[in-house]
Amino acid sequence: MAQNDINKIKDHAELFHQSEYQELFAEKKQFEGGHSPEEVERVAEWTKGWEYREKNFNREALTVNPAKACQPLGAILAASGFEGTLPFVHGSQGCVAYFRSHFTRHFKEPFSTVSSSMTEDAAVFGGQNNMIEGLANSYKLYQPKMIAVSTTCMAEVIGDDLQAFITNAKHADAVPHDFPVPYAHTPSFVGSHITGYDEMLKNILTTLNPTKPTGSWRNGKINIIPGFETYVGNLREVKRIAKAMDVEINLLADNSDVLDSPNTGTYQMYPGGTPLADAADTIHGEATIALQAYSTVRTRKMITGWGQPNQVVRPIGIRGTDEFLMKLSALSGKPIPAELEAERGRAVDALTDSQAWLHGKRVALYGDPDLVIGLVQFLLEVGAEPVHIVVSNSNDDFETELRALLDSSPAGSGATIWGGKDLWHMRSLLFTEPVDLLIGNSYGKYLWRDTKTPLVRIGYPIFDRHHLHRYSTYGYQGAINLLNWIVNALLDELDRNTIVPAKTDISYDLIR
Amino acid sequence: MTTTEPRPVAPVDVKTLIEEVLEPYPEKAKKKRAKHLNVYDHAKADCGVKSNVKSVPGSMTTRGCAYAGSKGVVWGPIKDMVHISHGPVGCGYYSWSGRRNYYIGTTGIDSYGTMQFTSDFQERDVVFGGDKKLTKLIEEVEELFPLNRGQSIQSECPIGLIGDDIEAVARKTAKEIGKTIVPVRCEGFRGVSQSLGHHIANDTIRDWVFPNSEKVAEEQNHQVGPYDVAIIGDYNIGGDAWSSRILLEEIGLRVVAQWSGDGTLNEMFLTPKVKLNLVHCYRSMNYIARHMEETYQIPWMEYNFFGPTQIAESLRTIAARFDATIQANAEAVIAKYEAQIKAVLDKFRPRLEGKTVALMVGGLRPRHVVPAFTDLGMQLIATGYEFGHNDDYKRTTHYIENGTLIYDDVSASEFEHFVKKLNPDLVASGIKEKYVFQKMALPFRQMHSWDYSGPYHGYDGFAIFARDMDLALNSPTWSLIPTPWGKDKALAAAAH
Repeated sequence: MAQNDINKIKDHAELFHQSEYQELFAEKKQFEGGHSPEEVERVAEWTKGWEYREKNFNREALTVNPAKACQPLGAILAASGFEGTLPFVHGSQGCVAYFRSHFTRHFKEPFSTVSSSMTEDAAVFGGQNNMIEGLANSYKLYQPKMIAVSTTCMAEVIGDDLQAFITNAKHADAVPHDFPVPYAHTPSFVGSHITGYDEMLKNILTTLNPTKPTGSWRNGKINIIPGFETYVGNLREVKRIAKAMDVEINLLADNSDVLDSPNTGTYQMYPGGTPLADAADTIHGEATIALQAYSTVRTRKMITGWGQPNQVVRPIGIRGTDEFLMKLSALSGKPIPAELEAERGRAVDALTDSQAWLHGKRVALYGDPDLVIGLVQFLLEVGAEPVHIVVSNSNDDFETELRALLDSSPAGSGATIWGGKDLWHMRSLLFTEPVDLLIGNSYGKYLWRDTKTPLVRIGYPIFDRHHLHRYSTYGYQGAINLLNWIVNALLDELDRNTIVPAKTDISYDLIR
Repeated sequence: MTTTEPRPVAPVDVKTLIEEVLEPYPEKAKKKRAKHLNVYDHAKADCGVKSNVKSVPGSMTTRGCAYAGSKGVVWGPIKDMVHISHGPVGCGYYSWSGRRNYYIGTTGIDSYGTMQFTSDFQERDVVFGGDKKLTKLIEEVEELFPLNRGQSIQSECPIGLIGDDIEAVARKTAKEIGKTIVPVRCEGFRGVSQSLGHHIANDTIRDWVFPNSEKVAEEQNHQVGPYDVAIIGDYNIGGDAWSSRILLEEIGLRVVAQWSGDGTLNEMFLTPKVKLNLVHCYRSMNYIARHMEETYQIPWMEYNFFGPTQIAESLRTIAARFDATIQANAEAVIAKYEAQIKAVLDKFRPRLEGKTVALMVGGLRPRHVVPAFTDLGMQLIATGYEFGHNDDYKRTTHYIENGTLIYDDVSASEFEHFVKKLNPDLVASGIKEKYVFQKMALPFRQMHSWDYSGPYHGYDGFAIFARDMDLALNSPTWSLIPTPWGKDKALAAAAH
């Protein structure tokens, strides 16, 4: 019997290695109609070569393993960062089940979102009744302070008019007349999750800041927009830095407490978020700093329209963080404190300590545009060489910016930006032009398995490792975290490659 | 808080509790939801709840959609076919590798289970239609993944709304390529939950796979045996179908096909030749079992491989459909595992005895796993289905006790309120619910994904099930939640 030791119960990781199950697998093959092992091996080898790579890159219609999600996912992440806010997705209900599962698996936290549950009849007659009923029910059941509406592709294809529906819902007393119901059209066949984030944030801010700024009065705060941020540690790090500098910031939208709430034995549906009053004061901020560019394009355009200065600074690595601190200092007139300068010194010291192991290491990476730029900034600082850069949700401005960054360093000049490509393209790249390290989300583990390229998990989603999202990648602390993950992945790999006794273990060194 | 003793449960009048839970709803929604909540009365033939109707908008239902039922459940696990998420990128992305339908195969070469294939619709595809793109895509799959045995087209919402003719594309490309191409109209807005997606997917197997069955069986010179069976409705989550199959083979049956966990297209082709269809998840695959009964005169029966009591009963019932040899084998197998089961019960039952459970899952589990809990001495106090039908609630009556709370398509607010008041020792539900209840300091196990553990089916699976319930209930972290300086019990304890 396979389960033969009550003190060591075997689950799937061991159970199926037992001979009973190995025999079962072998027997099952007679019915499967599979290919011969030789044929499988032949094709597997073929997929590793240049001929296959060429075919693979000639694809026009097929996408395989893309590194991007759709707009409403970003929209509800933006909404989740505001106090008492219930994300509401208008359209088919299955989408919401998927979004909630996805965020929950990454953050290991509850994620509340409602759907207007449209079905066939709504496809024919439009979703107004679903919207009105949905608003009335969710308002009563979940007592939010704001309901942020985004859409699924179903509602977009049939052309539902959100503005009219919400106005009518208010006339029907589904929610009070003065209750904020910002809405964003977020069709999944346009852009990606980062576009959805931008749309929703812009519309929340527009709804909460309906008027032009009055006169020259400013509230003394600096608005900070994180963008599609999935590291709660980053939000906390930004707040910590601002506090250390004694700079008052208005973080929009701050979901760090929502997506990392303490276990007190009591469930709270709305455990934090940017206060609506603060969000409504965005318009009176001194200036806005966006920590991502391509998930905040339209929001920044709106802010420019307010006449408020704004710009993008990515506080990743040493120089990125330097720029962020200097920007905060310039805007606030506050000096950069010794405490942060010492942190900088420690981070630089750490980078110096590890640099020899990173120098000239060839790296492949993929992810959202801003994440990729931040990582490239960091890799160039430590002398690593980005080689393959895949960005499924790319755009021209991003590629121009990234190219300029790469060309600013000899370590970057050999990199190719593969905009609009996917992880099956990446597979071909890794086989034909191998690298030392791959950086990406959990889906990178399939590339690790196939190509044996060691994987450092940075990005979204991270499903198969715990708690990485609690760390920061921002600030000098974040630089140490990135360094830690990257250099130790390389050292682990070195150990793995030198672990065979009497064969490779001459280099299995104790001191590195 | 300690879990060594069953939680103190204040006597709750469940009828009153249901009224309380309904209280915050607006009138119209309250009326609708009232029909989905009840207390089981053993004098009745079902659970006294309405089911399989539209969810209440804005209620925070846990339900998914028809696409999830077809791509995610029925079709997705068929490992040697490429399943195309046809439409925008999201649906395929969110369902990519989400269900742990284990399989043996070289991914990307002869198996495709943990990959995502999509037509990644852009605005122009919605405006001009996606049929041309789909045709090209199917050809590209064929070129880059030549060992695939076929492809399925899993429609996302826009497909049905823009009037694409995926059936025409399927017919044309199937002819050109010479392989099975299955168009599935599982757009997410169809029906009220993933349930219709199961049905639609079942129908496409009937219409697009079975017509070639006879031909394939002949070509392969498939020899029919007297003990041929198929496992229907086991998705091999964490290897469930394997820890079931091993028992069926041990009693002398020949398992020709697994639907659909670790299954292949060929196994589907061969199924109309089996002698008996063994249905585990009735909800998602009863349709194809009924079809095979009508068309090929293959009888089908439901079985339950959760917990030793039901496993033994199921093995005996299955064996009764065959001859004395199989029946004797079944007795021998039940006897063979007795020692293993005794060891599991001896170890874990004392740790779990008397603990109460609230369940809420999909498919078959709101009833099927109850006996596994009972075997461990645990008691079910509430259960319900995400997307069950009335026939599920009828079947449920065989598994539950008088007075059990029943909730159909329970909303987040209802579930939270029920659990707060009933204070079960364990909540067993899905990923969206998990952390809500863990924040309430309640032990929780995911009953869709087995919380990344499993298998839970069969005798080997039961040992893991028992281990996992114990580790959830008796985790030392629960006792860390109250601060030692809190004003309640902890302080008093420290004073002693």
